[in-house]
Amino acid sequence: MATTDQEVNELIKREYEHGFVTDIEADTFEPGLNEDVIARLSAIKKEPEWMLEWRLKAYRRWLEMDEPDWAHVGYPKIDYNSISYYSAPKRKEDMPQSLDEVDPELLKTYEKLGIPLHEREKLAGVAVDAVFDSVSVATTFKEPLAKAGVIFCSISEAVRDYPELVQKYLGTVVPHGDNFFAGLNSAVFSDGTFVYVPKGVRCPMELSTYFRINAANTGQFERTLIIADEGSYVSYLEGCTAPMRDENQLHAAVVELVALDDAQIKYSTVQNWYPGDENGKGGIYNFVTKRGACIGKNSKISWTQVETGSAVTWKYPSCVLRGENSVGEFYSVALTHNYQQADTGTKMIHLGKNTRSTIISKGISAGKSSNAYRGLVKFGPGAEGARNFTQCDSLLIGDRCGAHTFPYIESKNKSAIVEHEATTSKVSDEQMFLCRQRGIDPEQAVSMIVNGFCKEVFKELPMEFAVEAGKLLEVSLEGSVG
Amino acid sequence: MLSIKNLHASVEGKEILKGINLEIKAGEVHAIMGPNGSGKSTLSQVLAGNEAFEVTEGEVILNGENLLDLETEERAREGIFLAFQYPVEIPGVSNLQFLRTAVNAMRKHRGEEEMNAAEFMKLAKEVSKQVDLDPSFLKRGVNEGFSGGEKKRNEIMQALLLQPKLAILDETDSGLDIDALKVVSDGVNALRSEDRAILMVTHYQRLLNHIVPDYVHVLAGGRIIKSGGRELALELEEKGYGWLGIKDEETADSAAN
Repeated sequence: MATTDQEVNELIKREYEHGFVTDIEADTFEPGLNEDVIARLSAIKKEPEWMLEWRLKAYRRWLEMDEPDWAHVGYPKIDYNSISYYSAPKRKEDMPQSLDEVDPELLKTYEKLGIPLHEREKLAGVAVDAVFDSVSVATTFKEPLAKAGVIFCSISEAVRDYPELVQKYLGTVVPHGDNFFAGLNSAVFSDGTFVYVPKGVRCPMELSTYFRINAANTGQFERTLIIADEGSYVSYLEGCTAPMRDENQLHAAVVELVALDDAQIKYSTVQNWYPGDENGKGGIYNFVTKRGACIGKNSKISWTQVETGSAVTWKYPSCVLRGENSVGEFYSVALTHNYQQADTGTKMIHLGKNTRSTIISKGISAGKSSNAYRGLVKFGPGAEGARNFTQCDSLLIGDRCGAHTFPYIESKNKSAIVEHEATTSKVSDEQMFLCRQRGIDPEQAVSMIVNGFCKEVFKELPMEFAVEAGKLLEVSLEGSVG
Repeated sequence: MLSIKNLHASVEGKEILKGINLEIKAGEVHAIMGPNGSGKSTLSQVLAGNEAFEVTEGEVILNGENLLDLETEERAREGIFLAFQYPVEIPGVSNLQFLRTAVNAMRKHRGEEEMNAAEFMKLAKEVSKQVDLDPSFLKRGVNEGFSGGEKKRNEIMQALLLQPKLAILDETDSGLDIDALKVVSDGVNALRSEDRAILMVTHYQRLLNHIVPDYVHVLAGGRIIKSGGRELALELEEKGYGWLGIKDEETADSAAN
């Protein structure tokens, strides 16, 4: 027992690696939210009239909504008027035309994060759209993508340049009134990513976005919209970090995915927002709505997430399986320690015939953290022959953390089949003894055991992310043993 | 090589080892026999550094160094190897990854370069054949779904890979059929060398037909009550533990085995 307790104590002590603040002049709104703020935001972004109307409609709807309180998390009430709803790094001129024109301080930030924004050779085929606070800073590899007909740009650009596509799909998967945080995001989203893959095109490279919250007292409300047209394929990766601050910062993103007939979207996240310090002070509130709609037949959407950061996480990447034979997948690793709280999982909504879904969730709790899986598998009356397989595994490190599983199943179709498996285990003293007896450092042993536990999920990640995810767990578990 | 003096150890406040004295020289093979509950496994665990056991008195010197001052992993790097009686599973961690991590930890300690995946794979495949384990076992999770015999062979494979100075085999023969016993014994015999000592802990003498010890010690009630050569084990087999005035609570079990 002594070993494991010590391990946990050390684990709790590890520090956040990305906790630096970048000294950049920024244009930041005064805190507060009203229709004027939204109008100013929209004006700065040179948005068309319809976009402003859309935002205002969302805002008015949001005012009537209540913050959800059903999740297995606790945090002080958020004062939405103490948050600034726009912060942009100040630029000498207008928008940068190329990476050379991007503020060198900003580029340094990305370097510290290990984002190889201007190191093309390292990028090795990954196009990066980097979102810093509220605006999209630079997008690499636009040209080869354009050749393939793939649109990969900031959502602000898309609103201006591809209004038909945006108007057709924005808010169709996550409507204004979906939930409190999605409503807020719809009103004030500042930037994010837009992807359109045309018919029959297999996107020639992995698309990647890094999000970073820098300025104090700002919220980050990015909005991502990915449309995979008939027979197309795209793999999209996002990574997230934030500086260390004593105050909590709000991140309320919305991601919408749309897959048409025979299209496939693979969406991977490595989330490493600042989790707060060892006493639970500070950290990001990660209240995110991610949902994909398989509207076409034989379409497929896969969510893979590795969540190690944030003080409080409230996130359920979901799939609405409308098209016949469409497939939804959710692979998740969520690690919490110190006082982190996570309530995360997925929803698989089976509406079409022969739709299939797979859920593999791996929760790891250490320290005094609380880690909950919450999942809904729902079969509509038309979901003839639909199937779901769910596996939820929890791994406990130490004896002061908690793991909870809340699976919900609703079926309106008798032919639907659901399988559910759940396990809870501990990193045992025997496992630790075996590893150490073989000369392996306790720290490396914990990391190895945890990585083994997560293997089924890691193998779903694109290669470069799988390596990063493994390292991230290692860092997260650093000092976990003594 | 190893010198144990007046070793006392307890678990959860209950004293199990009540003054063990034992000298083991390089090149020697020692067998510790005794009925269940005599403290055989405790001795193995204490030497390897299992923190569930508390050493209350005595000392253990390995090549001039006080072993009890070292952490479990440091002992391992100094050459102590324990083949477990009940090897634990580590799901999802491949045997290959586990073994390479272990081998590299030792190499790093010795100031040698770490082995890359390809080099190690080659070595591991060779060694796995030595204990008659199909190389496909290397890709499986550590002990995950292995049969009892496969787990024991896996332990011996690890000993062969790690080349320890002192290999402690805790009931390595238990649960093995005669063919598996042969394979495991061949593996252990391959470990025998002038600069390595082997300490075998066993309930039965049958293992000693395959791995012939230089010395046999009988452990009872937490103390070594009799030491001798190979013939002591044979005598024990013939006369039973009762001969030495020891009550073997596990006689029923041994019959079942």
